Amino acid sequence: MMNKLLLGRFIPGHSLVHRLDPRSKLLLSFYYIGIIFLANNWQTYLVLFLFTILAVRLSEIKMSFFIRGVRPLIWLILFTVLLQVFFTRGGTTYWSWGPIVLSQFGIVNGIYIFMRFVLIIFMSTLLTLTTPPLSLADAIEAILKPLRVVHFPVYEVALMLSIALRFVPTLMDETEKIMNAQRARGVDFGEGNLFQQMRAVVPLLIPLFVSSFNRAEDLATAMEARGYQGGEGRSKYRVLVWHAIDSWSVVGFAILTVILIWLRA
Amino acid sequence: MDITFKDVDYTYQAGTPFESQALHDINLTIADHSFTAIIGHTGSGKSTLVQHLNALLKPTSGTVTIGERKITPETNNKHLKPLRQKVGMVFQFPESQLFEETVAKDIAFGPMNFGMSAEDAAKKAAEMLNLVGLPADLLERSPFDLSGGQMRRVAIAGVLAMTPEVLVLDEPTAGLDPAGRREIMGMVTQLHEKQHLTVILITHHMEDVASYADHVVVMEHGTIAKVGKPSDVFQDVAWLQERQLGVPETTEFAARLQKQGFHFDRLPLTEVELAAALLPQLPREAVQPHDE
Ligand SMILES: Nc1ncnc2c1ncn2[C@@H]1O[C@H](COP(=O)(O)OP(=O)(O)OP(=O)(O)O)[C@@H](O)[C@H]1O
Ligand SMILES: [Mg+2]
Repeated sequence: MMNKLLLGRFIPGHSLVHRLDPRSKLLLSFYYIGIIFLANNWQTYLVLFLFTILAVRLSEIKMSFFIRGVRPLIWLILFTVLLQVFFTRGGTTYWSWGPIVLSQFGIVNGIYIFMRFVLIIFMSTLLTLTTPPLSLADAIEAILKPLRVVHFPVYEVALMLSIALRFVPTLMDETEKIMNAQRARGVDFGEGNLFQQMRAVVPLLIPLFVSSFNRAEDLATAMEARGYQGGEGRSKYRVLVWHAIDSWSVVGFAILTVILIWLRA
Repeated sequence: MDITFKDVDYTYQAGTPFESQALHDINLTIADHSFTAIIGHTGSGKSTLVQHLNALLKPTSGTVTIGERKITPETNNKHLKPLRQKVGMVFQFPESQLFEETVAKDIAFGPMNFGMSAEDAAKKAAEMLNLVGLPADLLERSPFDLSGGQMRRVAIAGVLAMTPEVLVLDEPTAGLDPAGRREIMGMVTQLHEKQHLTVILITHHMEDVASYADHVVVMEHGTIAKVGKPSDVFQDVAWLQERQLGVPETTEFAARLQKQGFHFDRLPLTEVELAAALLPQLPREAVQPHDE
């Protein structure tokens, strides 16, 4: 059975983090990824770690959700960490074999890289767990707005994005339904050799494409019937409002930046 | 093939923070060659229940026995094909499962997956198309060029072509016009009577339950609220309406007559039964034909 637990699926709530404006959440998340690269010793990593744990606690979401976010990427992380560990020279060398060395710097770097991955994943998981996808699309639209001066189609891109996000769960449901229907007709998904597995996908993909095209057409008709004619000048149903907590979080990140610069080696 | 549910629970997305229990403690026996209707409010777990019949879902606890085959939470996902061949499942809006270039190929898809030769499957396809009441010249057409009702029948033909012993239908007439509904239900009855298929039908049409089924299962919040013959279950009009389920129109009409002083030993389910029960109670002049 398909597991609907998508990486970083939105979890409704009323915590401090949930109530933040999606624009500030999105911008601060990107900013956080930027300042992670300021950290270069154990003190700075410790500060970042504590800050991230604080943010997670403020979201009132269980830690297990965040750890789940790391799991799908664990092989990529381990690969990168091992590259760092075995190909960095410096400090005491404990062991070497041809170009491969196990050195003091290598081990320390490996730990830092690992921390960096985990912190970035935690923070971006925090963003998607606490922000409804459509608010995220609104935030992206708001942030892209200045690009209109260079004739970037901001409204169209925002609309495409919110429609795509809106239909992800629908598509997942549809996929599961069609898979079940074809299983009942004797298809084994994910069994047999590569050729057999590829063949099993055809009875799934064709109905999915057909229904997606039909749905797209219906949606377009419905939008036109209700007078949609492009985004210019449209008002919003969900108006984004900047609150005091948004300003306070910006202050929090500013303090974090100052501490990092002060502590870094 | 008898089907037995013993202490079956089912939880969607068990073990994740999104888990939700859809079936609680289901105990149920469906006899061989019976025609069972499953009714219940939307979200009561009907579709979840029937997906256990061919192990598309496996119970989170308890046992489902289908003929010789026992399905438990530990059952392996392999070797389920013989079971899936024996239990044909027509899902809600089955036309969404069509995908082949031609109607003939789509109907033959199921039987070929279960090991029938291409030749036999093609023969079967022609036979089944006839059975669901469609003309033979549709065989070489694309299934996507058909009308909604025709697509529905092709999809049903695709399931029947697997020659199942048990036929499960999840609201097979949803969205069809009254004539289309009668035809599909007529076809199902034929299969039940002539080929002795065990039929399990999920429906919201109480008339269908009254006219075709010999057993009714009433579901409520993931549990079985009542099991019995339609003529027994529909006696308690108030009980059903409390659960936002209707009764056949005839039964409702009879219940209203009863309030106005008519007497019924048992509430009738069909027009014929109603007429028979009403006739002796009407004043003589009203019944006698007028002399012209
Ligand atoms: N794939 C799924 N994941 C999680 N929950 C589900 C899933 N499918 C169904 N449910 C939940 O399980 C419960 C029973 O659903 P089910 O589809 O069995 O109802 P139903 O009786 O068939 O309703 P309907 O008459 O609307 O078809 C519902 O509360 C539903 O929200
Ligand atoms: Mg259903």
